[in-house]
Amino acid sequence: MYTQGKYPIIKKTAIAKGIFDVTVSCPEIAQNAEPGQFAQVAAEGFFLRRPISICDIDKEKGTIRIVFEVRGKGTDKISQLACGCLIDIIAPLGNGFKKLSGKKAICIGGGIGTPPMLGIAKVYGENATVISGFRNSSVAILQDDFKACGAKAILCTDDGSAGIHGFVTDALKNELKENKADIIYACGPMGMLRAIVDIAEENGIECQVSLEQRMGCGVGACLVCACRTVKDGKEIYSHVCKDGPVFDSKEVVLGE
Amino acid sequence: MSNLSVNVAGVEFKNPVIPASGAFGYGREYEKFYPLSILGGISVKGTTLHRREGNPPPRIAETPSGMLNSVGLQNGGAEKFLNYELPNLVTKDTRIIANIAGATIEECAQLASMMNGTAVDMIELNISCPNVKQGGAAFGTNPNTAAEITAAVRKATDKPLMVKLSPNVTDITEIARAVESAGADAVSLINTLLGMRIDIKTKRPILKNNVGGLSGPAVFPIAVRMVWQVYNAVKIPIIGMGGISTAEDVIEMMMAGAKAIQIGAALFADPFAPIKIIEGLNEYCENNNISNLADITGTVKPW
Repeated sequence: MYTQGKYPIIKKTAIAKGIFDVTVSCPEIAQNAEPGQFAQVAAEGFFLRRPISICDIDKEKGTIRIVFEVRGKGTDKISQLACGCLIDIIAPLGNGFKKLSGKKAICIGGGIGTPPMLGIAKVYGENATVISGFRNSSVAILQDDFKACGAKAILCTDDGSAGIHGFVTDALKNELKENKADIIYACGPMGMLRAIVDIAEENGIECQVSLEQRMGCGVGACLVCACRTVKDGKEIYSHVCKDGPVFDSKEVVLGE
Repeated sequence: MSNLSVNVAGVEFKNPVIPASGAFGYGREYEKFYPLSILGGISVKGTTLHRREGNPPPRIAETPSGMLNSVGLQNGGAEKFLNYELPNLVTKDTRIIANIAGATIEECAQLASMMNGTAVDMIELNISCPNVKQGGAAFGTNPNTAAEITAAVRKATDKPLMVKLSPNVTDITEIARAVESAGADAVSLINTLLGMRIDIKTKRPILKNNVGGLSGPAVFPIAVRMVWQVYNAVKIPIIGMGGISTAEDVIEMMMAGAKAIQIGAALFADPFAPIKIIEGLNEYCENNNISNLADITGTVKPW
């Protein structure tokens, strides 16, 4: 079942310039949510909802956490909701990450693709390595959260202002030299995803990617959020909201 | 409880609220929010003879109080509808409107004949899709072609036939009259209005198809106007749509001349919109001592 409702924001923090960390009390959603799923968030005064990935789930407290960047006027409106305000969401939507028990995972986030990695990193705890890449130190987020869940956190920045000076793909190659992984999870820009999938394939490691697309309904009815996938050797259009947002790297065609 | 039922071309709907084609799939997704039996009917996703992949993304762009879409009739084809979707829909206790879209007149007729003997309650012939190169709006913007295709489909099926009209025409009443004289039992209007948005940073249209169909509250006054004009031009019943999002919108559309209505884009903002609308219609009838909602159709008193 899908749940739609107006739920109270119990915590809101600006964790970097233009990036907000919002915790919502929504027990029935938290109960059913899985890492990698997303929420459709209403922005007052705007017609369409904004799809935002679920960053973290606390089933005991009945909360979910969303971390998002202000990209336009709609997300700006959502970012203005103060602690105590109600936020209108439909969730949990889409398919979450596949979870392998007793295995080692590498979770890779690029920029604002980093938040969904927290939920899945928590599943693996000490067996997770999280590699996250940002433009510079001012937008490097969630590093303490990754460390707190027991994961090894590797930070990369494009300009070297924090962590490793370089791309997440370089860090991934280095990590794989030292430690083997059973699965790689990735979310971020298309170019980054393509490079990660190549590395995963070279190393024979299963890889799941989380995609983004402009959405309408968010539940799989309107068919606007199309993405190329391969089925029975043929390319078809699947839909990010219902067939994804998480796809096996072998079944998806990563385009422009 | 007042009587919300309406009769369109011999088909009895328990209430006038019908999710519009393309906005509701085949009901499977929205059934995860509420039982489909609450709805008057469902106009299913536009069905073509063969499977279609649709247009490349992005297929959607937000607009003030609305949205553009250019899905391009992605669907699994008629066989999949009949063998997989229809058997599920017939168990839902709601009316089923099969929306059909052919690339040629022959294809439209073939699609219609495939619905004969099935549980489909009504056919909605889509001659107004703005997002496909063949068929679609090319059929619905010329009265002669619209009449020709309606006549061919009329001959091919014994199901009640409704023709879905395009607003992208100079005079919609001309098209409505043409399909009425060719044997349509009802008309539905309006399909989306052709629109465009451009990303000023990249100078690229937001839609990969460059243009797409505008829907949502922004188009509602145009839809009301066109329904009213068509109501005054033809005798066959009208299912009105275009930007409806509240019970008040439904009442307005019915006063303009619609017997029933369809809801599309409003579902994306609020999946529960049809449920809230039905509740609102009941309240309206009770507060205004209306025993049969159907009585308000065409009751606008023009100046």
